[in-house]
Amino acid sequence: MIIVVAFLAIVIVIAAWWLSTQRIMSKPWLEIGFIDELPGVRPPPTKIGLGIFLAVAGVLFALSISAYSMRLQSADWWPLPAPRLLWFNTGLLILAGAALEWTKRQSRHADLDGVRFGLIAAGVFTLAFVIGQLVVWRELVGEGYFLAANPANAFFYLMTGLHMLHVLGGLVALARVTFRAFGSYEGRGERDRLRLGLELCAIYWHFLLVVWLVLFALIAGWAGEFFEICRQALS
Amino acid sequence: MVDVPLGVGGVPPAEVEDVELYHPKSWVTHYVFSQDAKIIAVQYSVTALSIGLVALMLSWLMRVQLAFPGALSFIDADAYYQLITMHGMMMVVYVLTALFLGGFGNYLIPLMLGARDMVFPYANMLSFWFYLLAVVVLFASFAVPGGPTGAGWTLYPPQSITAGTPGLAWGIIMMLVSLMIFIIGFTMGGLNYVVTVLQGRTRGMTLMRMPLTVWGIFTASVMALLAFPALFVGAVMMLFDRLLGTSFFMPEIIEQGARLPYGGGSPILFQHLFWFFGHPEVYIVALPAFGIVSDLISVHARRNIFGYRMMVWAIVAIGALSFVVWAHHMYVSGMNPYFGFFFATTTLIIAIPTAIKVYNWVLTLWRGDIHLTVPMLFALAFIVTFVNGGLTGLFLGNVVVDVPLSDTMFVVAHFHMVMGVAPILVIFGALYHWYPKVTGRLLNVPLGQLHFWVTFLGAYLIFFPMHYLGLMGVPRRYYEMGETAIYPQSAHDLNIFITVTALLVGAAQFAFVFNLIWSLRHGREAGGNPWRACSLEWQTSATPPPHGNFGKELPIVYRWAYDYNVPGAPEDFIPQNQPPLAGEIASRAP
Repeated sequence: MIIVVAFLAIVIVIAAWWLSTQRIMSKPWLEIGFIDELPGVRPPPTKIGLGIFLAVAGVLFALSISAYSMRLQSADWWPLPAPRLLWFNTGLLILAGAALEWTKRQSRHADLDGVRFGLIAAGVFTLAFVIGQLVVWRELVGEGYFLAANPANAFFYLMTGLHMLHVLGGLVALARVTFRAFGSYEGRGERDRLRLGLELCAIYWHFLLVVWLVLFALIAGWAGEFFEICRQALS
Repeated sequence: MVDVPLGVGGVPPAEVEDVELYHPKSWVTHYVFSQDAKIIAVQYSVTALSIGLVALMLSWLMRVQLAFPGALSFIDADAYYQLITMHGMMMVVYVLTALFLGGFGNYLIPLMLGARDMVFPYANMLSFWFYLLAVVVLFASFAVPGGPTGAGWTLYPPQSITAGTPGLAWGIIMMLVSLMIFIIGFTMGGLNYVVTVLQGRTRGMTLMRMPLTVWGIFTASVMALLAFPALFVGAVMMLFDRLLGTSFFMPEIIEQGARLPYGGGSPILFQHLFWFFGHPEVYIVALPAFGIVSDLISVHARRNIFGYRMMVWAIVAIGALSFVVWAHHMYVSGMNPYFGFFFATTTLIIAIPTAIKVYNWVLTLWRGDIHLTVPMLFALAFIVTFVNGGLTGLFLGNVVVDVPLSDTMFVVAHFHMVMGVAPILVIFGALYHWYPKVTGRLLNVPLGQLHFWVTFLGAYLIFFPMHYLGLMGVPRRYYEMGETAIYPQSAHDLNIFITVTALLVGAAQFAFVFNLIWSLRHGREAGGNPWRACSLEWQTSATPPPHGNFGKELPIVYRWAYDYNVPGAPEDFIPQNQPPLAGEIASRAP
């Protein structure tokens, strides 16, 4: 559980920093009169909402990893091999994130064709990632690494499955943004909405990538040594 | 200290334009699939209160069985465990959490902050329908073969998914699925509450001018967003164990001579996940109650809240601390004694911010102009009850005291006082307080007073003796004491006394339900601001507030929410949207 507490500590530090900018030392009973908001542009609500959602999803994954690290210590743990294809899939997810980042640039130059191309590319890469993950599952099942055969297998399927669900949820959002890019594209409001949607997708894809890299590190077995060092340091 | 520019009257024009609202076109989008937070709040509240009544009746059946074993022929051991489980889960998750955050949160956050609605109205609507779906799944488990699960509300494996526990076939699956749906729905609602507080405030409403109710609900929502994933992960893993044969939580088990296909799993892992959600859950319920009580006391004592700043800090501190105390529910799980020491310390530290709050409530009352209205009665009763329940928490927080008391009726008495009775007193107080805003009519007062006295005194008559039973060693979760000689006759007599009182107190709740329905048509007209309160929800253009909450212009906030009995003011309260009075700034400048 140390992992999830550490993650929460980060969240709490961010929250505390933010609170400290909100005049929490003020004495509201003495302040009569209009107080305008602090100068600076307010970020759009959806961006704040996404940030908070990422914290929630982050806790979800931190908890899974905590459970993983606790279960790892048992004697019946037989790590399963990390299929080569996972490297390829990782590359696909990186490409998808890069494509979105590139699309964001294009939208700043108001290059609508570029935006459309970038969105399609990101969608294709992400779909390929999902299919790649499914192929990995099939491969492992074919080699006899069944879900219930060993806790290592169970955690592998659970964590990749949770991650995939988040990817699929992201794809729904991406599809909506893509439709928006192909729909009527007139007026400043529409353009701003598209740009915001792109930015949110890019943030979410980077989050998916970071989570995936951590999970991949666990699956590939590098994390086991790391946990061992931590355990020795703690005991 | 930041130097605050206090503009006198000269308010600069708004830079951000007003939000565009979704306008319903038909009766269905107006009242059923509504995106208006006020309607969603009523939907949440009515659903949660109905479940509360069901859970109340389940507790009646349990009490009858405890006092008169065998009196009701359909209650056998299995049925008793099912009653216990459903009562607990319904009350904690589907009543208290949903009512405080989904009900009061939806109604009060936009109105108190001067917003037209929540920032994501569509997700808000979905949140309620997910909640309703979760409720339907939960209730459907009464109808499946084998009935609902009887694993206890903590659902500890391995017993929750091994033979012998009722509801193994379907009940446990329905329970886990229902919880997962609830959590997904809550996440949508919770994002709304948090982002609305961050982004939806009207001009001049700084964080430190928000009523404490909003602070409580806001902090609780943040906590719930971060705590519920633990229950979600636990539920997913247990579903895997139950349906797919994995061994996340299931150790090697031999059942009736046959070895089950499980092996190596850790039941303790589930306990960690469960209580990582379970303990913050206590404060998810308590913090909104703290906030609401602060407002009720301030309004009905006509006095500004004492130590507003400290109250805010205490709420935030309790929220943060409650994430590092979870293992105090696991002292008897065989964990390392050093962990026990750590968690006992953090547990006792929470008493400090909590005590600060209690002192501040009492100091707010001191030399106040106390009006013993029905909401005020409930608020005062909450303070007493919370202190009582909290004190037994100090007992149980200590490892050495907890070990002999764990799994006895003492624990049942403790958490019912602190997490059952205390928040429900606040819910009642809040309903009496805000009902006039929701409906435009006041609840009947004599009936309310009757409801209060029966509930308040009755709750003490039920749960005080239970502490004694616990000290005698009467265990919880036993469906009868049987012929055991170690319990004296007085224990049996007390059990009967508790049951009779519980039936009476339960019956009094129906008087409250009658009051809620009767006053809809026959209650006294309330007017816009019957309690003469300062906060923005009482300053709406009409009562009940129209779609969009405020008239053409959103209110602008010039002061905090507690300007009661200000010297020199024409009335004994100054609304938050009242510009500075002549000479006021000079008299109050820091």
